[in-house]
Amino acid sequence: MAVATPPQSIEEQRRWEGNLDQLRGLVSERAITGETMLLNMGPHHPSTHGVLRLLLELDGEQIVSCLPDVGFLHTGIEKSLEDKTYEKALPLTDRMDYLSPMSNNMAYAAAVEKLLDLDVPERGQIIRVVCLELARCASHLVWLGTHAIDMGAMSVLLYAFRERERILGMFEMLSGQRMMSSYIRPGGVWRDVPDDFLPTIKQFLNDFPAKVDDYEALLTQNPIWKDRAQGVGVIEPDVALAYGLTGPALRGSGVNWDLRKAQPYSGYETYDFNVPLGEHGDVYDRYLIRIQEFRESMKILNQAVARLERVQGPYRSENRKYCPPLRSELGQSMEAVIHHFKLWTYGYDAPDDEVYNAIESPRGEIGCYIHGTGANQPRRVHFKTPSFIHISALPVMSKGYLLADMVAIIGSVDIVLGDCDR
Amino acid sequence: MEIPAAKDPVEATRAAFGDAVLHVKEFRGESTLVVEPARTPEVLDFLRVSPGLVYNMLSDISAVDYYPTDYGDRFDGGALDYRPERFGVSYHVMSMLYNRRLRVKAFAADEDPRLPTATVVWPAANWLEREIADLMGIVFEGHPDQRRLLMPEDWHGHPHRRDYPLGKETVAFSFNEAEIRKHKPFATS
Repeated sequence: MAVATPPQSIEEQRRWEGNLDQLRGLVSERAITGETMLLNMGPHHPSTHGVLRLLLELDGEQIVSCLPDVGFLHTGIEKSLEDKTYEKALPLTDRMDYLSPMSNNMAYAAAVEKLLDLDVPERGQIIRVVCLELARCASHLVWLGTHAIDMGAMSVLLYAFRERERILGMFEMLSGQRMMSSYIRPGGVWRDVPDDFLPTIKQFLNDFPAKVDDYEALLTQNPIWKDRAQGVGVIEPDVALAYGLTGPALRGSGVNWDLRKAQPYSGYETYDFNVPLGEHGDVYDRYLIRIQEFRESMKILNQAVARLERVQGPYRSENRKYCPPLRSELGQSMEAVIHHFKLWTYGYDAPDDEVYNAIESPRGEIGCYIHGTGANQPRRVHFKTPSFIHISALPVMSKGYLLADMVAIIGSVDIVLGDCDR
Repeated sequence: MEIPAAKDPVEATRAAFGDAVLHVKEFRGESTLVVEPARTPEVLDFLRVSPGLVYNMLSDISAVDYYPTDYGDRFDGGALDYRPERFGVSYHVMSMLYNRRLRVKAFAADEDPRLPTATVVWPAANWLEREIADLMGIVFEGHPDQRRLLMPEDWHGHPHRRDYPLGKETVAFSFNEAEIRKHKPFATS
């Protein structure tokens, strides 16, 4: 099979080289005649949050059309997953949305659990909720800092990263890793929370609400911020739905849809929290929603930490065919050694069938489609990632706005290019 | 506003399309509706707009490759899964009103796999189909933008096919310019 062979003829090479004929039908006719200007934004533009290239068609400063070009961070994660056992594939999922690896772990682990019909004990579910909400805060903090810096408010980044550092410290406590934690695994979590975790998170929960007030004091009523954000990047609810937007980008348009409420997983139905909604579907509403989500996450975390103290028991499934035995069992039970060996060499078989499972990540619905083979490796794993969908909707969000607004719009939908390109 | 009672998507689609529904499957609480490839957009549009169904959101489109032998006549939907052709494309649609999901699946043949595009039903299908066309090599007829999405434009082959080797591709951008120029002398001018 021919793989990445060079062009075989001059005609073929010409076809690949950028020419305007390629863009016929995608940009307006005025761009072909040179009446409007085609401008490359990125892939190294600092506000594109990674490597995203936008081909903008500009009439003066106004955006006529926008063609996002992605794939610069395509690393073939989905393909690589096909060559690994279900458990060993997990660390790769961290690398997709590198700002909230816990959500990716959860999406993948929950899909594998669905495929295997595997249960998760209650304590495992509570630890997962703690991780997911901490990840949501950490991800929103990076979004807040970078979004503000894109729009010219330099100081917010430093404050936001100060708090994010504490969350990453907690992830390190849990998993030994600050970012690529691989902590949530099929069947539960990797290990129980360490003893010093609960005092640390309680201290954090005590401090954090005041910090959120600080961010709001810097931005929410700031006239420059409002000027830049209000009425920019408006997307109507029906358009948002047609383009498949999810998460804060959809709720900003006033559509009440949060998978934690609508299709609860990991025991979210037992927590008391609200889903913040916007009205106008603009950059400012999306900002407000994420700020309020900090507070809602705090609510969930407070309840989850209280439960964590109360609920004891196993933190991952006791089904030894799918989950490794405790280290303490290894010295005493031959069967445990056999299970351990089998799990870390061969893994486990999964049915030759397909499942789709979606969770609410900080950015929106992250779905995982797994098709098993009947053996220990999947036939296909596909991730529906929110950034991918949101970037595909950038053209409709940015049409008619100014070039400088593009930066605000990209920031407001909170994209991560690793998440988009996989 | 009164919400019409939820209908069974399988029965409703069978009633409306008859033979176009080739197979129905239930696994882990997920319903799958295998439909005739040529009529997929029609079925999707029907599911989107019909009262009692209103699958108003396209969550995902994923493609799977049953290479080398996991498809064909043996897989007739009896004890084995129903897989008439090599490529399976799943449209995961969701109804917010009735809070449920459905998978609509169409199969494409090994030779020259083609499916009609769903972009006429959902703009969200645009990139999802482009991704599949790029990585799985299934042509979506009528798609407004048939350029590659994730792989470089000059890439040969479709990496997510099961017969595509893992880790055997030429490494680009690694100071192998002399070698590349050797292969394409016309690039020097």
